[in-house]
Amino acid sequence: MSETWIHILIIVCVLLGMVTIAAGLIYVERRMLAVWQERYGPNRVGPFGIFQVMADMVKIFFKEDWIPGFVDRKVFIVAPTIIMITTLLSFAIVPFAPGIVVANLNVGILFFLAMSSLGAYTIVLAGWASNNKYSLIGGLRGAAQMISYEVFMGLSLMGVVILAGSFNMTDIVMEQKGMWNVVPQFIGFVIFFIAGLAETHRLPFDIPEAESELIAGFHSEYSGMKFGMFFVGEYLGITLVSAMTTVLFFGGWLGPSFLPPIVWFLIKMFAFILVFVLLRASLPRPRYDQLMSWGWKILLPLALLNLLVTGAIVLYNQ
Amino acid sequence: MAKVFIDDIEYEVPDGKNMLEVCLSLGFDLTYFCWHPALHSIGACRQCGVINYKDENDKRGRITMACMLPASNGTRISIEAKAAHDFRAGNIESLMLNHPHDCPVCDEGGECHLQDMTLMSGHNYRRYRFKKRTHTNQYLGPFLNHEMNRCIQCYRCVRFYKDYAGGKDLDVFAAHDDIYFGRSEDGVLENEFSGNLVEVCPTGVFTDKTLKQHYTRKWDLTSAPSVCHGCSLGCNILASQRYGTIRRILTRYNGDVNGYFLCDRGRFGYEYTNSKKRIIKALKRVSGTYQPIENGNVFEEVKALMGEGKKVIGIGSPRASLESNFLLKELVGENNFYGGISNTEGNLIKQVINILKKGKVKTPSLAEAKGYDAVFIVGEDVTNTAPMLALSLRQAAKNKPNEEAFAIRIPLWNDAAIREIVQERTGPFFIATVHHTKLDEISSGSFYGHPDNIARLGHAVAQKINNNLPSVPDTDRESASLSSSIAEALLAAKKPLIVSGTSLFSKNVIEAAANVAYALKEQGKDVGLIYTVPEANSVGMTLLSENFIDDAIARVEKERADVLLILENDLYQRIGKKDSEAILKRCNQVVAFENLENETTNSCDYVFPAGTFAESTGTIVNNEGRAQRFYQVHIPRNEVRSSWKWLDILRQDLQTAEAKDFDVIVDEMIQKNPELQKIKETAPTADFRIGTQKIPRSPHRFSGRTSMIANINVSEPKPPDDNDSPMSFTMEGYHGIQPSPDTAFYWSPAWNSVQAINKYQIEVGGPLHDGNPGKRLFEPDENRQAKYFNDIPSSFHPSNDELLVLPLYHIYGSEELTALSPAVKERIPQAYIALNENEARRKGLNAEGGKVEFYYQDKKWELSLKIDNSLPDGIAGLPKGLNETSGIGYPFRTKINS
Amino acid sequence: MLSSIRTVWLVFLHMFKKRVTIEYPEKKAFLAPRWRGRIVLTRDPDHNERCVACYLCAAVCPTDCISLQATEDENGRRKPEYFRINFSRCIFCGLCEDACPTYSIQLVPDFEMGEYKRQDLVYEKEDLLIDGQGKYHGYNFYRVAGVAVGVKGKGEGENESAPVDRKKLVP
Repeated sequence: MSETWIHILIIVCVLLGMVTIAAGLIYVERRMLAVWQERYGPNRVGPFGIFQVMADMVKIFFKEDWIPGFVDRKVFIVAPTIIMITTLLSFAIVPFAPGIVVANLNVGILFFLAMSSLGAYTIVLAGWASNNKYSLIGGLRGAAQMISYEVFMGLSLMGVVILAGSFNMTDIVMEQKGMWNVVPQFIGFVIFFIAGLAETHRLPFDIPEAESELIAGFHSEYSGMKFGMFFVGEYLGITLVSAMTTVLFFGGWLGPSFLPPIVWFLIKMFAFILVFVLLRASLPRPRYDQLMSWGWKILLPLALLNLLVTGAIVLYNQ
Repeated sequence: MAKVFIDDIEYEVPDGKNMLEVCLSLGFDLTYFCWHPALHSIGACRQCGVINYKDENDKRGRITMACMLPASNGTRISIEAKAAHDFRAGNIESLMLNHPHDCPVCDEGGECHLQDMTLMSGHNYRRYRFKKRTHTNQYLGPFLNHEMNRCIQCYRCVRFYKDYAGGKDLDVFAAHDDIYFGRSEDGVLENEFSGNLVEVCPTGVFTDKTLKQHYTRKWDLTSAPSVCHGCSLGCNILASQRYGTIRRILTRYNGDVNGYFLCDRGRFGYEYTNSKKRIIKALKRVSGTYQPIENGNVFEEVKALMGEGKKVIGIGSPRASLESNFLLKELVGENNFYGGISNTEGNLIKQVINILKKGKVKTPSLAEAKGYDAVFIVGEDVTNTAPMLALSLRQAAKNKPNEEAFAIRIPLWNDAAIREIVQERTGPFFIATVHHTKLDEISSGSFYGHPDNIARLGHAVAQKINNNLPSVPDTDRESASLSSSIAEALLAAKKPLIVSGTSLFSKNVIEAAANVAYALKEQGKDVGLIYTVPEANSVGMTLLSENFIDDAIARVEKERADVLLILENDLYQRIGKKDSEAILKRCNQVVAFENLENETTNSCDYVFPAGTFAESTGTIVNNEGRAQRFYQVHIPRNEVRSSWKWLDILRQDLQTAEAKDFDVIVDEMIQKNPELQKIKETAPTADFRIGTQKIPRSPHRFSGRTSMIANINVSEPKPPDDNDSPMSFTMEGYHGIQPSPDTAFYWSPAWNSVQAINKYQIEVGGPLHDGNPGKRLFEPDENRQAKYFNDIPSSFHPSNDELLVLPLYHIYGSEELTALSPAVKERIPQAYIALNENEARRKGLNAEGGKVEFYYQDKKWELSLKIDNSLPDGIAGLPKGLNETSGIGYPFRTKINS
Repeated sequence: MLSSIRTVWLVFLHMFKKRVTIEYPEKKAFLAPRWRGRIVLTRDPDHNERCVACYLCAAVCPTDCISLQATEDENGRRKPEYFRINFSRCIFCGLCEDACPTYSIQLVPDFEMGEYKRQDLVYEKEDLLIDGQGKYHGYNFYRVAGVAVGVKGKGEGENESAPVDRKKLVP
């Protein structure tokens, strides 16, 4: 098999794998939320309720895809696709295992940051195009939140980059052979994870949606598969941030050799996905101003300090 | 103006009031039972206790009844003081010792003054543990239900019934806490105003028996402001419906017309609207039977009948609205429109209108009539033809004796003291009628005679007042002396009132009454002249009519008509079988617009279901020329609609099956009849809003909206729109003080009973917040030189073989539609022919009840004899409008056989 | 911050607790006697309808889902001619039961009344009226009320003295 075919196979596998995982997360999340809330969750459709995913998918495909008359039609249609596209593109640089990576870019991290920045558009455009005050407020909040957290998300990763001396994801994984980055870069990890929550606007940072105040915010007006894209986009985002955390701070595929590397990667990734769900189950939503002041007044200085100290230590060691 | 202090705040109040009136007018919630704005104070119930202070230094004060405390300068009271509050709560507690645990099954519940006052006083828990006193109840006739256990001994019922309305058969019995309000024995309450006990009684002792048949709480009723169609006075009513049937009628307060009261014909005569004989679909006669036809087709068919070149004539109706009569006139053309009354009646009403418009004497309203101090009734049995006028006249009779009380500075509101002085005395009150009438009991002189003799008495009185008038020839001594004393009394009075009407079908009577009034006017008296006319819109229809039914008959005799349109008019009832058939046979197609099935609708080719007052909106003009708007109560779930809507659709192109809006019709009518200009001002137009809100027909507590038709369809339909008025058919809308012509119910926080009306008045008992509804179309011009009528008839001489038959009126039975209501039906007398004993003996008739035969229009009639010795010789009386006597045109001469 | 972490930990521990869910169709939940479920109309100890058609339940109903029409039997005893509850609107708030002066309308522990057609959720008097007294035993409104409608004569009710003789003037 030629290299090209292998490449195409990897692309297809990653694409299908990620979308499948995202869809599966619908079930996983509901089940896990129930576990932490002393309930059962969906357990009626099929064994353990696993066909709930099918049911949900069928439902979402057959729901009327309604475009309200007052919306900015073109933008309204384009908006939900952006989050799918950017998040899926981000997976291109994720090394799942040695050799299993779609594009081993030497500016991998920058590509990831770029893509997640583009993801902000989906919220802004959806909120704007919906022509609805709740959606607009949601869109505005989303824009502010994502752009703010973008800043120190990038900064928090610089420590890792300094340690590895490279933007290449594979290099970063290889650099962690001795010790996972989470140990020297613990602060960086915490900031990245928090910023990751905010980037994917997951609970407790789901301020752009905030159903109790904005009745679903930027996607109030969406229905059917367009809503489905936001929905799946969000789960893709969770998967992506979990994968990135694994790669950047927890040694990617590295692990004892009784299991193949890809399995180690997936175990770590799912652990983080579960943390995402656990946070949703336990934490209340902060106020919008709390979120912003927390980001700018605590996380940003902390990220800078982390960068400074890391840089100083690295320089000192040389 | 007097300065009074209520809870240390100073208020300017008008003079001559008592403190209870003042407090209520200022909007304080002070409890009371025995006081009523029309019945005034007697201080019997002790419920309006307040603390009265001598001056600002008096800290202790004493408990006084506010209703007995004059609001004079410097009066200082406290409503809120704890002692006053405890006194009122304690008083209610005592009243409630024996009040039964009935509220859930009591018809007054939810609109009970006692409930309101109990809550207002703060009493809420019955501490008394001993037995409750009980009473047996009485049968009081078809109108009222009696539940004596509930009585709180406020005396309002007897004060209204005996003192105000002149009833004889309700009284108070026994002593101390056994006091019993009722009749001496079971039996029908005879007074014509007994229904007002429902509203006067503060609790549920007297309740509406017709409402009980289909009981609904006040909060569930959808009501509309309406005008009674029972007689020509145009009393204001609130008509209420639930589930598509009319449930009851309540008085709608109009300070210019009926005030707080209503007669029993108006209150209980509504049930015909729910009759099984209502026409609810457009019908077409197909080989002898009537079959419903499709809505769309009926227009096409009838339109086709009336196409180009067809001879179409229309007969209007004095019980249909101005708008309906106007549109019929528009549809058939001015020359083909005939007023729906006989020519005799038409000309009489024309004469009345002429006097109203061109005379120089004011026609007082019903309320104003109470203020006159001498009354002369010329040829009208007021109690039976215009009952509420009789109630006003009874009040007028009290004015002269009351002056004696005023002279010793007893204010009007101090009813007990006034009554003590006045006793049973009444002021100058003269009656000239055909036979004994109920008001004779308060008259100072009564005259019974032929209408011409009544007219001669009138002319004689006028001549005694103004010597320049020609004297009446051949006067007998008796009537000469009577006329002198009447003239003297009228001249002695400050405000004499002359009352007459069309009921005797005598132009002479009408003219004589006008002469008396004109003569008094010239003497500088503030004289009033009231005419009653037969039906609700007699004046309105006559304003639009040039010709009447007899003209129509004459015309169709000459040439056949293609189509005859009959608007809400039973010809058989009105002009008799012979004439009806004469006209119906000469018209190829007959189309009727009618409420209920009757002989006329049974002889028509097409029948359109016309709305009664309950289903139509319109304007009617009463006897004083006051135009008043009535609104439809509901949109029925059948084809019934206002006649003017049917007529408007017939007038339009066939493409539209919707009538134009009411305001458009009114504008068109005003444009063509400038003298009706003011009817535009009788009520707000349909686009009127308070803020953005319509005016609701239902109270905010209206229940059952998602359930009342859920058995038909569980999805609730959109409530219907009303394009003809600013009112909604639901509870949605503005719930404050609404424009007075559009107020559909009285309610104010803490005031659920009818007494909530206090909050709608500028001051209690006074006019409504934005004026009383209704606009008078004509006002007198005092400087006008009105001509006397010089046509003095000669005296009536009874003939030996023929009797002159005159109509005698009955409050229950003489009006066509109310007579169809089951409760009223029970009170309709047996048909009879009345003669005096003399005349009966001469005709060889035996005792009362014997069969009497006579001929009218070549038909033999048989009725039982009634002896009425007040009837003059040569005159027989027939009850007008009863089933057995319908279709008779009065007066007529006939021979009588036993 | 620390409290948030503690929260997360405590929530995590719930994983090992017993589930509170009752798996309904297989297992039935315990319903307290005063549980607010299906509405019934009850009868008094004499086996007559308790409802006196006072309209209070309809008035108090926040969704206006009760409607009725009062009528009277030959003794003047008031009862509903029809009594309708639109259960597709009912929110089982129990205000009607609170308002009822005769203990007639009662909410009972039964909620299994689902239907495929909304129309089938409209209950008429025949569907609502049960044969017993429901939760409140022994009460008959007409024994304590003042009206005589065939249940008792005037003055024969609980805590009533005999009717007064209105022709008597002795103090």
